[in-house]
Amino acid sequence: MRTSKLTSPVGITAIAGIIVLAFLAIAGPLIWSTSADATAVAERLSGPSLAHPFGTDELGRDILSRVLVGARLSLVLTFGATAISVGGGVLLGLIPAISPRPIRRLITGFIDLLLAFPWLLLALFFSAIWGASAIGAMLAVGLAGAPSFARLSYTLASSVMGRDYVRAARIVGVGPFGILAKHVLPNTFAPLLVNAAVQASTTLLSFAALSFLGLGVQSPEYDWGRLLQEGIARIYVNPLAAIGPGIAIVLTGMILSLASELFTDTARTRPVSLPLRVAKRVLENVAPRVRGEKAASTAAVVEASDLRVAFPDQKGGMVERVHGIAFTIQPGEIVGIVGESGSGKSVTSMAIAGLIEHPGQVTAARLNFDEIDMSAPLSRADSDRLGVEMAMIFQDPLTSLNPALTIGRQLTEVTEEHLNLGRAESTRRAVTALESVGITDAARRLTQYPHQFSGGMRQRAMIGMGLMGNPRLLIADEPTTALDMTVQRQVVRVLHDAQELTGAAILFISHDIALVSGICDRVVVMKDGLIVEVVDARNLIRDAKHPYTRALIACVPDMLTDRTRPLPVIGQREAEPAATTEKSAV
Amino acid sequence: MSALEFRNLTVRYGTGRKAQVAVNDVSLSVPAGQTLGLVGESGSGKSSVAAAAVGLVKPASGSITVNGQNIVGSSAAARAARRKVQLVFQDPFSALDPRMPIGTSIAEATLATGRRWTSEQKAERVRELLGLVDLDPDRAKQLPGQFSGGQRQRITIARALAAEPTVLIADEITSALDVSVQGAILNLLRELQSELQLSVLFISHNLAVVRYVSHSISVMRNGVVVESGETEALLAAPTDPYTVELVQAVPILGERVEFGSRS
Amino acid sequence: MTVPSPTTLPTATTTLTGSASGGQGDRRSPARLSPRVSFVLRRLGRLVVSLALVTIGTFLIIHLVPGDPVRGALGTSASPELVARTRTELGLDLPLPEQFFNYIAGLFRGDFGVSLQTHRSVGETLQQRIPATVTLAVAAFIVAALTALPIGIATAISARSGRRRIANLAASAVLGLLIVVPNFLIAVGLISLFSIGLGLLPAAGWGTFENSLLPVIALAVGPAAYLARIVHVEMDRVLDATYMTTARSKRLPGRLIYLRHALPNILTATLTIGGLLLTGLVAATVLIETIFAIPGLGVTIVSAITTKDYPAIQGVVLVYAIMVLGVNLLIDLILVTVDPRSSILEG
Repeated sequence: MRTSKLTSPVGITAIAGIIVLAFLAIAGPLIWSTSADATAVAERLSGPSLAHPFGTDELGRDILSRVLVGARLSLVLTFGATAISVGGGVLLGLIPAISPRPIRRLITGFIDLLLAFPWLLLALFFSAIWGASAIGAMLAVGLAGAPSFARLSYTLASSVMGRDYVRAARIVGVGPFGILAKHVLPNTFAPLLVNAAVQASTTLLSFAALSFLGLGVQSPEYDWGRLLQEGIARIYVNPLAAIGPGIAIVLTGMILSLASELFTDTARTRPVSLPLRVAKRVLENVAPRVRGEKAASTAAVVEASDLRVAFPDQKGGMVERVHGIAFTIQPGEIVGIVGESGSGKSVTSMAIAGLIEHPGQVTAARLNFDEIDMSAPLSRADSDRLGVEMAMIFQDPLTSLNPALTIGRQLTEVTEEHLNLGRAESTRRAVTALESVGITDAARRLTQYPHQFSGGMRQRAMIGMGLMGNPRLLIADEPTTALDMTVQRQVVRVLHDAQELTGAAILFISHDIALVSGICDRVVVMKDGLIVEVVDARNLIRDAKHPYTRALIACVPDMLTDRTRPLPVIGQREAEPAATTEKSAV
Repeated sequence: MSALEFRNLTVRYGTGRKAQVAVNDVSLSVPAGQTLGLVGESGSGKSSVAAAAVGLVKPASGSITVNGQNIVGSSAAARAARRKVQLVFQDPFSALDPRMPIGTSIAEATLATGRRWTSEQKAERVRELLGLVDLDPDRAKQLPGQFSGGQRQRITIARALAAEPTVLIADEITSALDVSVQGAILNLLRELQSELQLSVLFISHNLAVVRYVSHSISVMRNGVVVESGETEALLAAPTDPYTVELVQAVPILGERVEFGSRS
Repeated sequence: MTVPSPTTLPTATTTLTGSASGGQGDRRSPARLSPRVSFVLRRLGRLVVSLALVTIGTFLIIHLVPGDPVRGALGTSASPELVARTRTELGLDLPLPEQFFNYIAGLFRGDFGVSLQTHRSVGETLQQRIPATVTLAVAAFIVAALTALPIGIATAISARSGRRRIANLAASAVLGLLIVVPNFLIAVGLISLFSIGLGLLPAAGWGTFENSLLPVIALAVGPAAYLARIVHVEMDRVLDATYMTTARSKRLPGRLIYLRHALPNILTATLTIGGLLLTGLVAATVLIETIFAIPGLGVTIVSAITTKDYPAIQGVVLVYAIMVLGVNLLIDLILVTVDPRSSILEG
């Protein structure tokens, strides 16, 4: 637990609540027993008054006192039942995680069977066995809660078991119990604790339900559930007799839930109005844009100047990822952006495409696609044009196509929506598009779903999607990174053919400088949100001047690297902490 | 004599109708003190070969030996011999327990040496290994989260070395790293290999990287070895069409990609 | 390490039709059942096993009771002759396997035994009580589903736009509260307001539309709020997916993006949770029936447990269990029809 957590509003409320509950459990009966037991038949069934804020019951006893006294039994029974649920659940969940397959399947199958039934049914089942009593109810609720906790523990434990570091431990000879103690428990303890607290909250409510049904605490003892049952019977006379215990139950449940928040590790992002103010500041620093100045001077497909992109950080402020870059893309040109993770290359391409949404902020002196101003809201006509003239291909073929729609649907909707073509005409175009990217049997392929395509095919289908319109720009964001080398070659060829077919410009983003130099006309090198150099791709080795570019060129091994000497290394990269060197993050 | 030898190895996943053959009658040999590069694309079975060698998966048939000793099966002898083969994983972010200080993670691997280690001996060894992989030995008590991807990869190498292996298997150890960090790790691997006379099985899909670190190369495709040979010779004059395709698919810096004939 | 774990390797190429490695063309496996059909068969098999286990479970209730169940049911003042006679009537003198066989045979005949309290056929009582419970659960489910979906989608879209921050926070807090407050407390609140306070609706009874309003609402509120939260979370997950960026890059209008692209992807989770909620509702009727004095299975089992009426207990528990298993099967069948990938096909 971090100290910041403890002093946050949530933390303070939770701790205060727990102190109150503890106090009630320990001292409640001592203080209020007398007034809770004091019968005063003359005042029976009276409504709320100063002396009796919740009114009195049929024997004239003060209900508020009874609620305060009943806290102890409610809490004790709740924690008893929670202990049974958590203890039983953890055991039932951890054992299969480290067991060999047959035992694991048996136990998890059993757990799944139990989970199919709502807890109340299980509780009633156990209650039938042990009868209507406080202990019987505690056992019933406790056991009824065990299967879901078992499922949780199992899921947590098996995700840890699947990690490489557990594999590594197994390879050096650590046994199953060693793995459990050294790796599984430390890594599952925190989430289990959080869920145990949540479980306590649910158990409280479940217990109250059973008592309310008369299957829990029996008179003359009473807990909140029992008080509730008594109160319902008299609800017409005095609603507070039922609402009073009800409030106690809800409040305690909430306190326990809040307590569970204390144990969570993850930092919560707090909703802050700061972004708006920061964004305005960012805008003010930018040279005022002269509106109405159309890009009539050049025929560039893309024009960007002083392009900046910022995103919210963990603490509620904004962090700039792209620091005012400028470049253009001419019609039919193939421009490559090369950079490592954190360079801002993907973010730049998204900004050019106008796809950065709230809470990201894009500001620029100029950001145009043809004459369309990409930093302003788009009109319907603009959208239609963009839908037809700009196409994007993303890195991960697994996730960039909608798994719930057929390939055909995802292709035809482009022309149906923006060119007002009918379904039949669009389908014909889609067949042609798929064929031109080398997918055979196109008509049948259109009826298939993305998961029936291989990775390379999906990328080609994405390119085909771009060919449905009249593309003037194809933005390909690391389109081949997730593919095998041989498949990469096919996809790159398809891109090349598409460019020849349509005369479109291509913006090709990659971390692979060899690939980029091999297919592009110009190479833009980015580092840490800035453009470091722009070089003619055909003469890259000769013309690259910036030390970073030269280092990039030198440190990547290719088929001609000198095998007898160590590879040159780009110095300080190593010293940076984890956040910026994760490859796929941009 | 070869340090690690696979003979007619077959690995199957699933049973009955759903069985998939990942490795089909594969024979490979890692010569002592040298690096064998195993290159292949997805589905080639190269990772399953590694898994079989360290006992994470049971071969359906065939033999795997380390310095002549069999390492397949659950007999005590096989398990002891298997400890001599250590694995360096691909993903530096999941290869280390996030809640365990790196020194403890490295020391855990000394279990594989079969000897008992006192805490002082373990601490000493950890410092030694951290120095060997160019990391500050004083950082042994820190958690993995405080290191970069490249540094974490070095830690996993140090951990593998703590087990005093005869054979080191490096499975795609640079694929998850930035290009600038990749070079440092490859250099380190070459250094360690020549200093400690390690035998290394280097697995990767990246032919250029494999070429750089390996003395000899075997090419796998769909569970089968299609071609093997000494690195320079193989790449200069590949005979199998798939190898040819692979070689041609690697972009060369400074050369335009040819789209001449449809392959 | 890129080792595919044995259980994940096959799924890469198992599909509904044809093979995923399109490059080599399609290879149809000869003489194999369609995955859908084999899934249904496996699911039915699981149902049979579950039913068997459930029947054994209910049969065992009376045998697991600590002490003498018959004396417990009849009370301490019952005469030894009465106890002995009841034991014989319940068949408790017979060896266990024979008892079980008789139990199963009885079930197939529709004979659920005779209630120790009312001395009437349990089967008859069940028949009379089932309709109320089913009506209650189904009505509450429909109300919950119809309100949760639009609310969940609306809150998701609104929260993402970053505007109306206070309204979003309030909505989230209200939903959170409704999820946490148990249905019997909501019922108390509703009764206090509408029956006692405003005198608009009856607080007990069954049979008319006014009778069913408060109970159905009390039952539906919690599940509706929970489902709305789930829909919200799922929409968030889907809207963050790369394929949504693709859809936006195609400049499709809002309605297509939400209805055609996002909605189908939240179906699986929504249906799964919906199924869980329906089974939960079946059980939750116990509490609501008690409050509103509705003659359903809930009041039956509560009184049966209190009076230790074991034949009645066994009968009601069995009926509940069958309803739950039935709902689960239905949901699985719907899921397999609706989801093209149906990852549950593997399970």
